[in-house]
Amino acid sequence: MPTERKVIEELASKEYKYCFVTEIETESIPPGLNEDTIRLISSKKNEPEFMLEWRLKAYRHWLTMKEPSWQNVKYTPIDYQDIVYYSAPKSAGDGPKSLDEVDPELLRTYEKLGIPLKEQEMLAGVAVDAVFDSVSVGTTFSEKLGELGIIFGSFSEAVQEHPELVRKWLGTVVPSTDNFFAALNSAVFSDGSFCYIPKGVRCPMELSTYFRINAANTGQFERTLIIADEGSYVSYLEGCTAPMRDTNQLHAAVVELVALDNAQIKYSTVQNWYPGDKEGKGGIYNFVTKRGKCAGVNSKISWTQVETGSAITWKYPSCILLGDNSIGEFYSVALTNNYQQADTGTKMIHIGKNTRSTIVSKGISAGHGQNTYRGMVKIQKGADGARNYSQCDSLLIGDKCGAHTFPYIEVKNPTAKMEHEASTSKIGEDQVFYLNQRGIGTEDAVSMIVNGFCKQIFRELPMEFAVEAQKLLSISLEGSVG
Amino acid sequence: MLEIKNLRVRIAGKEILRGINLKVKAGELHAIMGPNGSGKSTLALILAGHDSYEITAGEVHYQGKNLLEMAPEERACEGLFMAFQYPIEIPGVTNLYMLKAGLNAARKHRGQEELDAMDFLKLVKERAKLVEIDESFLNRSVNEGFSGGEKKRNEIFQMAVLEPKLAVLDETDSGLDIDALKIVAKGVNALRNKDRAIIIITHYQRLLNYIVPDYVHVLVDGRIVRSGDKDLAVELEAKGYNWIESGAAAASGS
Ligand SMILES: Nc1ncnc2c1ncn2[C@@H]1O[C@H](COP(=O)(O)OP(=O)(O)OP(=O)(O)O)[C@@H](O)[C@H]1O
Ligand SMILES: [Mg+2]
Repeated sequence: MPTERKVIEELASKEYKYCFVTEIETESIPPGLNEDTIRLISSKKNEPEFMLEWRLKAYRHWLTMKEPSWQNVKYTPIDYQDIVYYSAPKSAGDGPKSLDEVDPELLRTYEKLGIPLKEQEMLAGVAVDAVFDSVSVGTTFSEKLGELGIIFGSFSEAVQEHPELVRKWLGTVVPSTDNFFAALNSAVFSDGSFCYIPKGVRCPMELSTYFRINAANTGQFERTLIIADEGSYVSYLEGCTAPMRDTNQLHAAVVELVALDNAQIKYSTVQNWYPGDKEGKGGIYNFVTKRGKCAGVNSKISWTQVETGSAITWKYPSCILLGDNSIGEFYSVALTNNYQQADTGTKMIHIGKNTRSTIVSKGISAGHGQNTYRGMVKIQKGADGARNYSQCDSLLIGDKCGAHTFPYIEVKNPTAKMEHEASTSKIGEDQVFYLNQRGIGTEDAVSMIVNGFCKQIFRELPMEFAVEAQKLLSISLEGSVG
Repeated sequence: MLEIKNLRVRIAGKEILRGINLKVKAGELHAIMGPNGSGKSTLALILAGHDSYEITAGEVHYQGKNLLEMAPEERACEGLFMAFQYPIEIPGVTNLYMLKAGLNAARKHRGQEELDAMDFLKLVKERAKLVEIDESFLNRSVNEGFSGGEKKRNEIFQMAVLEPKLAVLDETDSGLDIDALKIVAKGVNALRNKDRAIIIITHYQRLLNYIVPDYVHVLVDGRIVRSGDKDLAVELEAKGYNWIESGAAAASGS
């Protein structure tokens, strides 16, 4: 359809919306990585000895590891000696006690990003722990949460104030030796979020972190650790935005979730990092290890993700279903446009009895985008009565993009029940024409159809987030249909 | 309101419309009949702006404007509506959502304010009654899982909401049971007024008992070979297209 093509071409020339750089004094160390770098990071953060030991162990193991190459993505090799491993806004040296102490320039940046950091917006029910480059700058509502015994703040704070909790849980879900990027993260991680929900507490608001990569050539190595103690509940939102940069930036985060008996964690992500330009230049490399452990009986962990950004995404939020009757869920929308590549999916490891998992993955490929779903469902010997339902749908926009599906299934218990459905469809010109005929322009029609395709996932997102996700999807579709 | 002059259309190297002439004034209801494959849907799709056809000759004027130069959504915003012979399914997009977007696009186009959710809902519920469509259909995905007849009814419902100036209904009667046919006819009749023109494409004279046309045209092999009033449809029903086709052959031979 010529008219359609034209609109799409116009769309393709639109620029990344969050394209600005904040001028702010930062404190960085020279690029490069060795044991001294790690000691420096640890001392700058005034960490207890056990943290330094943990980092060094991870580093020494990392040196013995090879960068993985099995994933279905292509990129120019990363020079790990050319990365700056620590960068922090200078004023953060003594740590702002309240938002008033935060650099106003920084707050303006967040405003541009539409992050509800200000108090009145907080009343909407979101507590934000904003990570600006490597140091957390503003944590709101911690006090109110504190009354319930909820600990929510930056990882560095937690290391200082609750070292026993950090020591107890750090690395229990993603060991420092888990994989190449997780090991690197363990060695050099700068900051992140920490959250502990005590027994029987239902966290009264959505907790949220916004990440933003600012300084050029700064690797981002966040680490998030969430522990839901017995009978507790928490819903956690993670959103990300990065300004435009010419060189590719590495992002290798680790997220660990632990749900004890009868606890529930809902973790939602909207990721819209800079995807690179129309030719595929620039953009974020997003190599993330996310894993949740349903350690207790009747526990539940749900991952919901909307991935529209990054040049390369490599991520498999997973669940280890250890406790009997525990539940793991994975709901995902991954969109690739222009030259974006995504290799994402999940792993559900059933260990406990009557464990259940649900996987719903929606992949959208447009332009030259390549979208790979890689999922593994493992039913261990002792997992009597385990059940899994998997559904993978792909939507293609145009004929230069690709969708690939690799479901791996490993069943060691004969009582397991598995269901798998998959579909691939192309966005129909007759669907677009039908909407055109009702008065809706092609651009809106395409995003309407795509949003319809993703509805099942958006339903899982908290309300405000779902709206944002829909908007994002529309922005990210720029340059689709061929 | 609408004037089609010597319209010729090709697809895949084949000429499908071979010189169509048609004039439709506001307030009129025209019926177009003709055998399978004669080009009726093609004509409707051309009017709606489908661009997989090649227009080799002719002009179409709509409200004094060159229709063929307008994008499909622009035509819709200018009050042109088409009820599709085969309404498409759009999973995950509700009827309400689509109609609100469409209606507000048209209002914006006309410089009117967008309807807010409350007013829109009021309007939609009122129109749903007109075509006796259950309110549960409003929140279902566009045509998804609808029966054949429900799809057709949904088209007329959309017409009732969008209030077009010119509506082209392509075989809206086929697939309808007799009760549904009466309901659809009632809906269309309710929408007839002095400012609105309607073109109905149909195979069956039966529909025209309920919706009485001002004019009937017979399209054969890409040309309108006979025009008349409602009696022409009755005659056609009795004698079949052969009668016309032989007449047409005679006419072009002279
Ligand atoms: N995309 C296409 N490629 C080739 N031929 C086509 C295409 N679209 C339509 N045609 C042909 O054009 C002719 C007219 O089709 P059209 O759908 O307009 O007929 P119709 O009068 O609506 O028929 P019916 O009563 O069966 O609905 C048919 O012979 C059809 O096969
Ligand atoms: Mg037809």
